[in-house]
Amino acid sequence: MTHTAPAAQPDHDGMRAMFRAMTLIRRFEERASDEYMAGRIGGFLHLAIGEEAAIVGTVSALRPDDPLTSTYREHGQALARGSDPRAIMAELLGRATGLCGGRGGSMHLMDRDRSFYGGYGIVGGAVPLALGLAWATRYRGGDQVSVTMFGEGAANQGVVSECFNMAGLWDLPIVFLILNNQYGMGTPVERAAAAEDFYPRAAAYDIESWKVDGMDVLAVRGAVAEAARLARDERRPACVELLAYRYRGHSMSDPDTVRATEEKERWRARDPLVTFERVLLGEGIMDAEAIAAMQAEIDDVVADAAAFAEESPEVPADQLARGVYAQPWNDDARGSALVRP
Amino acid sequence: MSDGPAEVTYRDALNQALREEMQRDDGVFLMGEDIGRFDGAFKVTRGLLDEFGEQRVVDTPITEAGFTGLGIGAAMAGLRPVIEIMTVNFALVAMDQIVSNASKIHYMFGGQATVPMVIRMPGGAGHQLSAQHSHSLEAMFTHVPGLKVVVPATPEDAKGLLKTAIRDDDPVIFLESEGLYGKKGPVGGEDDLVPFGQAVVRRPGRDCTVIAHSRMVWVALAAAEDLAAQGIDVEVIDPRTFRPLDLDTLAESVRRTSRAVVVDEGWPECGIAAGVATHLYEACFDWLDAPIARVNSADVPMPYARNLEQAAIPQASDVVAAVHAALGREAGA
Ligand SMILES: Cc1ncc(C[n+]2csc(CCOP(=O)(O)OP(=O)(O)O)c2C)c(N)n1
Repeated sequence: MTHTAPAAQPDHDGMRAMFRAMTLIRRFEERASDEYMAGRIGGFLHLAIGEEAAIVGTVSALRPDDPLTSTYREHGQALARGSDPRAIMAELLGRATGLCGGRGGSMHLMDRDRSFYGGYGIVGGAVPLALGLAWATRYRGGDQVSVTMFGEGAANQGVVSECFNMAGLWDLPIVFLILNNQYGMGTPVERAAAAEDFYPRAAAYDIESWKVDGMDVLAVRGAVAEAARLARDERRPACVELLAYRYRGHSMSDPDTVRATEEKERWRARDPLVTFERVLLGEGIMDAEAIAAMQAEIDDVVADAAAFAEESPEVPADQLARGVYAQPWNDDARGSALVRP
Repeated sequence: MSDGPAEVTYRDALNQALREEMQRDDGVFLMGEDIGRFDGAFKVTRGLLDEFGEQRVVDTPITEAGFTGLGIGAAMAGLRPVIEIMTVNFALVAMDQIVSNASKIHYMFGGQATVPMVIRMPGGAGHQLSAQHSHSLEAMFTHVPGLKVVVPATPEDAKGLLKTAIRDDDPVIFLESEGLYGKKGPVGGEDDLVPFGQAVVRRPGRDCTVIAHSRMVWVALAAAEDLAAQGIDVEVIDPRTFRPLDLDTLAESVRRTSRAVVVDEGWPECGIAAGVATHLYEACFDWLDAPIARVNSADVPMPYARNLEQAAIPQASDVVAAVHAALGREAGA
């Protein structure tokens, strides 16, 4: 299958699709929050509410076969890539029907069929994997671009600088997206980083890099399209810093008391869904009726996903040790290093 | 003298395996520090850059976490990277990639991705490289489900196990011994693969089972000669892989001899010898006539001074003493 790269400026259908994806992420995560509060989701649950423009602007600028990697805050990437909301919610609930069969949970979604190469829980740890995906593309002479999204907190990890260096050294087809939501858990950027901006770090490794407003979905789309063009057509890595804000705490267990109310309100006033809706209405791309209909349709999708997940069976316990190895040496249900007949 | 099979070094056996597998499968590529122009710190990759070019024999910056992770990503995309980490000591800065990514990806994502990669690295002590360059970390890797752990002792196994590792669909930790690169022996041909999970009896015997791997196989065999001169007939078994572990072959021997010594160049606490001994207790408790003895490196950071280093590393005399203990004899009796 051949794909054409999306244009930097979406057409009206494209804009409607982007708004739908942003709304789906928002509503899906609000429902996930409810499921967590009801005790049906365990572990960590990191919501990206507020970051929908960064996610959808990015994914909409890529070809569907461009390998994408993310962090543990990745429900939005999976949804934007078109993964089945039922399978995502079922994964969050740890059910057999989940996207990863209940093995990964909220932090570790993957959808290979959609070239979504996964969410990873070690801060900064997935960036070299994205470099490897870019390496494989070039090795085989493909024209895909590997795209990896990570936080400004992750940008402080040494391995990220290692990857900037190798990407610049070998001109790998990769786009680094630094989603700067200005906090690493409860630590604000100015208490963690020596310099305010992160994109110049990539520039130091001969990587074209710049910063955009991550709350503006069209600005993100344009920037990522340009970055992907550089990587695809000019075979040069690129890096874009997306300045954004998350509206919820770091995860569901964070009461979000560190950030000042005034600051939160200031960023709330720039809600990417509200501002994009205004654009769509103002330019006559959607009317209020169409928006209401779309929201109702999404509410149905989300309710259906939650019902599906809740009704789905648990993972059979005899599956515990299945899939530790692609080439296993025995059939031991508990897993074991021992060779057994 | 009749000409037996040609003898090659452990180093060249590895080189043959790499060359043959690269010729066989163009998805196999090598990556590591100084492996191309410089032929590798231990010259294992000699000549491969000339034969296969820069795309497939890649000199990297000194950036172990980064290029190990790159290999994992490339493996997820279906290539078969063979990553050389110059020595196992430097794997510690890549440990997150190995433990959090390579070993987990197949399971954690419900089988959607595989990581068919090999990470080759030499280890071991004995060259006065002191504390930071003398590790034997078999136990750390063997601890982790999702990895396979391979520890060849002979040129034949080095070649056959590396070929198996490259064709395997899981991440394989391939631990070579710095002390064995010059060791000569016969090797198999292009199609001679050594399977994982099959221990081999290096020397049959009746009185006590000695389990040893990698360079310690040779230490154990030297000890066996000394013991034979004293009329003690030990069986030396080499597990060859720790994940998977062929406990059956080990346990069968111990049930026959009723005594066991486990030799391991790593540290004693929660080490390979401790793990193997535990398996043997569980499998053979009623057959044992004596506690299982362990021979490990001393529980210290490796010292530089030659005499101290030699005192820290397992020697044939330590194995002899452990066998005496297992047989209930006074040393030298
Ligand atoms: C190596 C590592 N250290 C610490 C953590 C705990 N931790 C999880 S998320 C996080 C903050 C990361 O911030 P950032 O990279 O900006 O991403 P964000 O969560 O804001 O999306 C921390 C410290 C971790 N998961 N991994």
